[in-house]
Amino acid sequence: MMDFGFSLSKSSTLNLDTADLSLYKKLCELSPDARTCMACGSCSATCTAGPFSGMSVRKVILDLQRGRDVKAMVQGCMLCGKCIMVCPRGINTRNLILNLCKIYDR
Amino acid sequence: MKENIVIIGGGIAGMEAAKQLLCLGYNPIIVEQNDHLGGHVSQWHQLFPDMTPAQDLVRRLGEEISEANIFLETTVSYVNKLKDGYNVMLNNGVNIVCRALLIASGFKLFDATKKEEYGYGVYDRVITNSDLEAWFNGKQDPRIPDKPARVGFVHCVGSRDLKAGNSQCSKVCCVTAIKQAIEVKEKFPDAEIYCFYMDLRLFGKKYEDFYINAQRDFGVHFIRGRVSEVGEAIDGRLQVKAEDTLAGKPLKVTLDMLVLMSGMVCNPQATEIARMIHLDMDDDGFLRSRDNVYSIIESNRPGVFYAGACTGTKTVPETVAEARAAALGIDAYLKSL
Ligand code: SF4
Ligand code: SF4
Ligand code: SF4
Repeated sequence: MMDFGFSLSKSSTLNLDTADLSLYKKLCELSPDARTCMACGSCSATCTAGPFSGMSVRKVILDLQRGRDVKAMVQGCMLCGKCIMVCPRGINTRNLILNLCKIYDR
Repeated sequence: MKENIVIIGGGIAGMEAAKQLLCLGYNPIIVEQNDHLGGHVSQWHQLFPDMTPAQDLVRRLGEEISEANIFLETTVSYVNKLKDGYNVMLNNGVNIVCRALLIASGFKLFDATKKEEYGYGVYDRVITNSDLEAWFNGKQDPRIPDKPARVGFVHCVGSRDLKAGNSQCSKVCCVTAIKQAIEVKEKFPDAEIYCFYMDLRLFGKKYEDFYINAQRDFGVHFIRGRVSEVGEAIDGRLQVKAEDTLAGKPLKVTLDMLVLMSGMVCNPQATEIARMIHLDMDDDGFLRSRDNVYSIIESNRPGVFYAGACTGTKTVPETVAEARAAALGIDAYLKSL
């Protein structure tokens, strides 16, 4: 192909028509309370690992809802369970992460 | 002879006020422009938060005011101030003199065609919240597909929108969108439902429970971001663009139907009457109460009272409570003369 000296960057648009929500749906079977997240961010704000590893429960749930992979993010969790204590919706966030790991392990 | 009180508007505010005024020994006279009582509520299907059939409320109020004088398909042609009251002239030639006047003219639904970018009246599959309620009530609507796979709701249409001339929040449409999302999901269990919101304002009793239900039991997707534009695909489906402001990314989705949550604006009838008897208008386009804390039902003119959405966006229970308060306010006012 001819080199014009520039390239096109990939669109960052989230396309819900093509988004693959199978991972999210699998997670909701094991952790149905994942659906009730209201993206308040308490979990991420309280997370000790997050500022260093990039882990954020809020982002994990949102990314799954938009059909994105979260494997790398989840690996930044140390399963301390601090985030469970602050979630106003009472989501068992630690269990949610464990369930995600189980799904990835399958 | 019982004393005449003219009530302009036969929606739930006017009906409830008439009922209370009858109990207090007055002769309420309702002037309603439509051919039926109940206003917007009479066209609604079910009311949040208990899913009460709207018709039940209207029917019940109707039975309770059978003694009142009711003029249907009638409008006020002129109101003028007399020395100690008002002379109300109706378009059917009737003239009523009263010492107290209640304005209960309610709201008008924001005209969604004004938000051209959403395509109401342009694309075939775009409807409003009120169109959807009419369909729930059994009215045929060719715009609603038989088996929609994806349905979207746009919050704040014509509300919180200075460009549309309305800075105010319409209060009821967040919970209405969630209620309707649940009802659509019940009718079409396989459909994916998306609510596009800027904030979710679920302030009332049990509203938050509605939200949690919609998420947990009905899997409604909530996307924080205002729809920026809607386009029509060749097959009639709708291409919707927004920013997912939580993800910080542009988002697009193809929908089979889009429901616009049209907000409330003041009924032009109220504006007209305000002009005739010099009632203050507020900068939100609604009638201005004497104050917004303690005297919502009072106007700046003696003997003129307000109830319901003529002074701002209101829920059904707020409207009913104000109608009761206005009836008591009128009674106290007349006794003080
Ligand atoms: S369990 Fe994981 S996500 Fe939650 S606070 Fe601990 S490290 Fe952070
Ligand atoms: S604290 Fe709970 S509700 Fe808030 S973002 Fe985290 S998981 Fe969601
Ligand atoms: S109630 Fe919700 S949808 Fe309606 S105007 Fe207010 S924020 Fe917007």
